Amino acid sequence: MVTVTLWGSLADLAGGQRNIEVEAKNLRELLTALDKDYPALRPQLERGVSVSIDGKIYNDSWFQPITESSEVVLLNRLEGG
Amino acid sequence: MAKDEFTPRTFKVVGTRPPRPDGLDKVTGRARYGADMSAPGMLIGLCLRSPHAHARIKSIDTSAAEAMKGVKAVVTRADFTTTPEDQGTRDILDNVMAGEKALYDGHTVAAVAATSRSVARAALKAIKVEYEVLPHVVDVDEAMKPDAPVLHEGRQQESVPKGYSQNVLARSQYGHGDIEAGFKKADIIVERSFTTAATHQGYIEPHACLATMGNDGQGDLWCCTQGHYMVRNTCSAILGMDAGRLKVTASEIGGGFGGKTTVFLEPVALMLSKKAGKPVKMTMSRDEVLRASGPTASTSIDIKIGMTKEGKITAAQGEFRYQSGAFYAMNGALGAMCGFAPYDLENLQSVGWEVVTNRPKAAAYRAPGAPMAAFAVESVMDELAKELDMDPIELRLKNAAEEGTKSAYGPTYPAIGLKATLEAAKAHPHWSAPLGKNQGRGLACGFWFNFGGDTCVSLMINPDGTVSLSEGNPDIGGSRAAMTMMAAEELGIPYEHVRTVIADTATLGQNEVTDGSRVTFAVGLATIKAARHAIEIMKTRAAATWGIEPDAVEWVDGAAQPAGPNAGKFPPMTLKEIAAIASNTGGPIAGHHEVNAEGAGVSFGTHIADTEVDPETGAVKVVRYTVFQDAGKAVHPDYVEGQLQGGAVQGIGWALNEEYIYGKDGTLQNAGYLDYRIPVASDLPMIEPVILEIPNPGHPYGVRGVGETGIVPPLATLANAVSRAAGVRMTSLPMSPPKLLAAIKAS
Repeated sequence: MVTVTLWGSLADLAGGQRNIEVEAKNLRELLTALDKDYPALRPQLERGVSVSIDGKIYNDSWFQPITESSEVVLLNRLEGG
Repeated sequence: MAKDEFTPRTFKVVGTRPPRPDGLDKVTGRARYGADMSAPGMLIGLCLRSPHAHARIKSIDTSAAEAMKGVKAVVTRADFTTTPEDQGTRDILDNVMAGEKALYDGHTVAAVAATSRSVARAALKAIKVEYEVLPHVVDVDEAMKPDAPVLHEGRQQESVPKGYSQNVLARSQYGHGDIEAGFKKADIIVERSFTTAATHQGYIEPHACLATMGNDGQGDLWCCTQGHYMVRNTCSAILGMDAGRLKVTASEIGGGFGGKTTVFLEPVALMLSKKAGKPVKMTMSRDEVLRASGPTASTSIDIKIGMTKEGKITAAQGEFRYQSGAFYAMNGALGAMCGFAPYDLENLQSVGWEVVTNRPKAAAYRAPGAPMAAFAVESVMDELAKELDMDPIELRLKNAAEEGTKSAYGPTYPAIGLKATLEAAKAHPHWSAPLGKNQGRGLACGFWFNFGGDTCVSLMINPDGTVSLSEGNPDIGGSRAAMTMMAAEELGIPYEHVRTVIADTATLGQNEVTDGSRVTFAVGLATIKAARHAIEIMKTRAAATWGIEPDAVEWVDGAAQPAGPNAGKFPPMTLKEIAAIASNTGGPIAGHHEVNAEGAGVSFGTHIADTEVDPETGAVKVVRYTVFQDAGKAVHPDYVEGQLQGGAVQGIGWALNEEYIYGKDGTLQNAGYLDYRIPVASDLPMIEPVILEIPNPGHPYGVRGVGETGIVPPLATLANAVSRAAGVRMTSLPMSPPKLLAAIKAS
């Protein structure tokens, strides 16, 4: 299981849990599991999120590996100028 | 990008300062910008813009305009019959051509294409638009109130608590710990409210394009943009055409700074061309640029920080309310994530709000959302330093984030360079230089994420041994020079033997926009790997020529050579020699690399400014300014210094003079550079850039993006300098002379 940290206002949609656990070995599995296990997160997942894995930020790379010891943090989808 | 890419090496080309490849074209006028292209039979397109801040469009009668001699096409929203799939693109369509309502002064409601500009102007006057003027709101705090005029119904996200106006589209909360418990531990608490005005990116070149839509459904578009692949994808979605049937070529670009990461004229020009059957050229006036292309958000921010008397933060809290213009933008959340990012905080609550108002849609402006947040947080940090009689750098070092710190936005930091910039500032002569009368010194830190993204590079070995490199990102900050240098470095050939061009959308695969400080990092990575790909092919050709195995060949100083005595004794075969016999050894040689270069490293900067305040007029003179920023590895230091200087200068304008001024009717009152005051050279001292080089482990040469972080600290740096010089805390930007004078008198 991977522990995923949600930002505060997103946690409100997951029953107030800041840390949730899902079964995932990569980014794609993580997003699929979040959508399945926490349907209230779906609107935000559809709008897009960024995911920090061990301090590095990913937007789209489905096959980025995630291990049980990885620090995984969901973020608003980031954009730059 | 999971593994570290960086390998220490001694550079021969990277780190030097060769002449820029676009320099001669730009100083002689040969460079072709957005408005410099023309085509046979070309028409001139112009937009009709709403004179109202908020109005329902009851009817548009274009018949008189269409009947005029020389008018070849008129378009309104009725011509855009495709509904894009995603909300973001639907918002862009609503922004480039109003639907049921005009949402801001300058919102396009119709457009014409005619044989001349004068005919097009006359045609605009002949279009009759019947408006029902609606109440408007341009202030972020007013727009959040439950009784505020509403721009859009039903767009509020699930994160917004009940009781707010529907103009409040989203709320994002970040943080950790227990702020109440943290504030109880504090010996001193400072709580302040701040405002910042909307400012424009101020690029010199207005938006411009030339669109050609053929009867066969194929289109060509020449335009000034930060991302022609984005233009292709967005325009094709809006026009309901296959992306592959629209070829977009990026012109030279006279500045973007985030403001050219979306489309304004391009879909309109394509629709006019489709309807007229002729090429259509459109160019914005400066008035249109300011009224209708993206400024940054204006903000209203509350900050509360508690500290022990030793200067350690016990708790921090921020509310970041950002108005994003007439459509959703995610600036408030970015402000909430970035404002406190420089600090190691045990207890934090940081909330960002996205609010729509009757203003043009906010676009990115370098590190979008971050400078305003840094202004507020770093102002309170400065006030705390003053209250505690501590050196502002020492106070920040005491609280600075480092490797292992849980960041304000959640993740734990890997190795970062904030403390290095603070230590460099502390050691710099600027920090200890004496100040004169009415002068004050300010310091502030700033943070930005930096990105990577989809990137394609193709590298051709020409028969004469020169190299042609194609990248897909408009060259805003020197990417042609940087890519040329990295290719030359990797191949082991002179800089002058490589020429880099910006390819059109039909030539390379998808490339992300030139934004997020991504290009030198991501395109550089792809360039190095494309060069390595070509080297592998050249080693194979040399091995075949010598009759040995390819893995018995190594590449040294621009030549293939046997890897050791067992490989055989052959003289090195240079790139030029291998290129000359390419037809004999298997055909043309090229390398390429395609990647989604995610995992870019974050960036920090620290700025120092000295200002002198005229107590009789409130005028501020910037006396000295120094920037400290980590570049990972500065590929071409001139360009890196330019980015740091440019960010500081734009921040100085934002802090001191620039602001969108609206009348009571919600119309923009200062849509021109006479009244919208950007800094000019005579306003500025030499900005001294100090580049730190702490290698980014995610890039083969250690490169880190530098384009955005430079604009994050200046607002706060100037505010702290001016506040210390004037003896009064300035909490509202810009600190224009009348505002500063009033504050001095009130104190």
